[in-house]
Amino acid sequence: MQVKKLVRTLLLLLLVSPIAIFAQHGNEEHSSGNHEVKTEELSEADVKAAKRKAYIKHHLQDSYDFAIWHAKGIEFPLPVILFDEGLHIFSSSKFHHGESVAESKGNFYKIFHGKIYKTDAEGTIAMDDHHHPTNAKPLDFSITKNVFTIMLMSILIFFLFSRFAKSYKTSLVPSKGGKFLEPLIIFVRDEIAIPNIGEKHYKKYMSYLLTVFFFIWFLNLAGMTPLGIGVTNNIAVTFALALITFLITQLTSKKAYWGHIFWMPGVPVPMKFILAPIELLGVIIKPFALMIRLYANMTAGHIVIMSLIGLLYVFTNWFAKGAFLGLTLFLSIIELLVAFLQAYIFTMLTALYFGGAVAEHDDH
Amino acid sequence: MEIPAIVGAGLVVIGAGIGIGRIGGSAMDAIARQPEATNKIQTAMLIAAALIEGIGFAALFAV
Amino acid sequence: METLLNDFSVGLFFWQTILFVVLLFLLRKFAWKPILNAVNEREDSIQEALDSAKEAKLEMAKLKSNNEDLLNEARAERDAMLKEARTMKDSIVSEAKVSANEEADKIVAAARESIQHEKMAAITELKNQVAGLSIEIAERILKDELSSADKQKAIIDNVVKDINLN
Repeated sequence: MQVKKLVRTLLLLLLVSPIAIFAQHGNEEHSSGNHEVKTEELSEADVKAAKRKAYIKHHLQDSYDFAIWHAKGIEFPLPVILFDEGLHIFSSSKFHHGESVAESKGNFYKIFHGKIYKTDAEGTIAMDDHHHPTNAKPLDFSITKNVFTIMLMSILIFFLFSRFAKSYKTSLVPSKGGKFLEPLIIFVRDEIAIPNIGEKHYKKYMSYLLTVFFFIWFLNLAGMTPLGIGVTNNIAVTFALALITFLITQLTSKKAYWGHIFWMPGVPVPMKFILAPIELLGVIIKPFALMIRLYANMTAGHIVIMSLIGLLYVFTNWFAKGAFLGLTLFLSIIELLVAFLQAYIFTMLTALYFGGAVAEHDDH
Repeated sequence: MEIPAIVGAGLVVIGAGIGIGRIGGSAMDAIARQPEATNKIQTAMLIAAALIEGIGFAALFAV
Repeated sequence: METLLNDFSVGLFFWQTILFVVLLFLLRKFAWKPILNAVNEREDSIQEALDSAKEAKLEMAKLKSNNEDLLNEARAERDAMLKEARTMKDSIVSEAKVSANEEADKIVAAARESIQHEKMAAITELKNQVAGLSIEIAERILKDELSSADKQKAIIDNVVKDINLN
């Protein structure tokens, strides 16, 4: 019981910690805007610190190459696909890690801060007052590092689970790997789907809940590897997931769901007029929070761990190094837990929204 | 006098922290009172904490 | 917010949506449906097995109670039979006793009657014999008395005297 309570307290702490870290992260973002201008005035230590910060940012960012070992240059290029007055497909090796201008069908492109911009042959990037490039951005459908990881993990998930499904054909008792996966599937069904959606409607949502749960969890775990393939800390990915949840909620909603939004039963008439816009706003805020939560938690986790690893290099004292190594290890384990927790919370809240959409009138 | 946005962010973090802390505290009380309902309380606690966290993040990004 | 919008990559969003939806449908067809069906099937079969076990248990208990009932019935029947036999025996014995008593009484009564009879006969005979003897004695006495004329005269005098008195 004591241990359980401790774990629960820790879980709660985990939920608070990313908020605090994010507040700092935002601050860093603001200050990092000026550092490139003043580089000459900074001391050597500051330059190193700025480099580390840039490295962390780079590590978290999407990239056009897939780096297996960045420092040793063990990486392979990925295809770049652009829509800019026609389809442009070329290998990202043309950019030489963003150092050179790539030419395709008479157009020139350059990577600046992780994004492709259309430039002239020399690769000049014009800046506005806020230090943002004014160059045109082509429609970028490149198979980036993150897209490649999503593909890889999707294939992995698919083979893992379809093989697991096949093992049921011979026997109803799960095979070796299934012994680990099946309890998770039953966990999603019995702890997430049925309590939140209800015995009557949960079946049609099971596929989505299971897919979302394992997709997020596997990608979160993939993000824990040193490859820097944190897919779930991209707002576009979490936005896509939240959007699908939002669409499914709206498309499968019953009359009672809209009744609760526009004409809340059981409250006085003036309150109904006040509640309607709030509820309507809630429809948008719910998936929005879903998107932000996953993105922010995963980003915060990565920043913390990367920063701690960075501190390992800052300190020359071996005692401090050891302490930070221990702390890094501890936080990595916590992050493993967070990887699961965030997948669980995303799925849980998704199920909760689905449950609201299909709830009967007399449920409340 | 202009208040920097980061102050607002700090306030949001404090508010969310207090909120989640209160949820945790109440959940502990509830579990102490009814240990047999631990699982239900835990789930409800996580959902509530996650919702507050979501609002906290939303406000933070609006900054 | 600005950084978020800046970080947003349309390409990544596009690929993520496509890949996720494809994965969703593939998994739905090749993984989730078979897995959930198998799990349901197994749970059903377990439930069924449990139910049938419970049923068997119930049946067993029923059988057991049936057996017990049968046994009890048999026991009761035996007891009843024994009881009946005992009462029959008792009744036979008592009946026999009664009839024996009656017979004995009858015999005794008959004996008593015949004894009475015999007694009466004996008494009658005794009476007859006594009468005979008395007559004989009286004859002898009379013979003795009337053997002389004096004596006869005395008797007549006596009788005459008696008459005078009257």
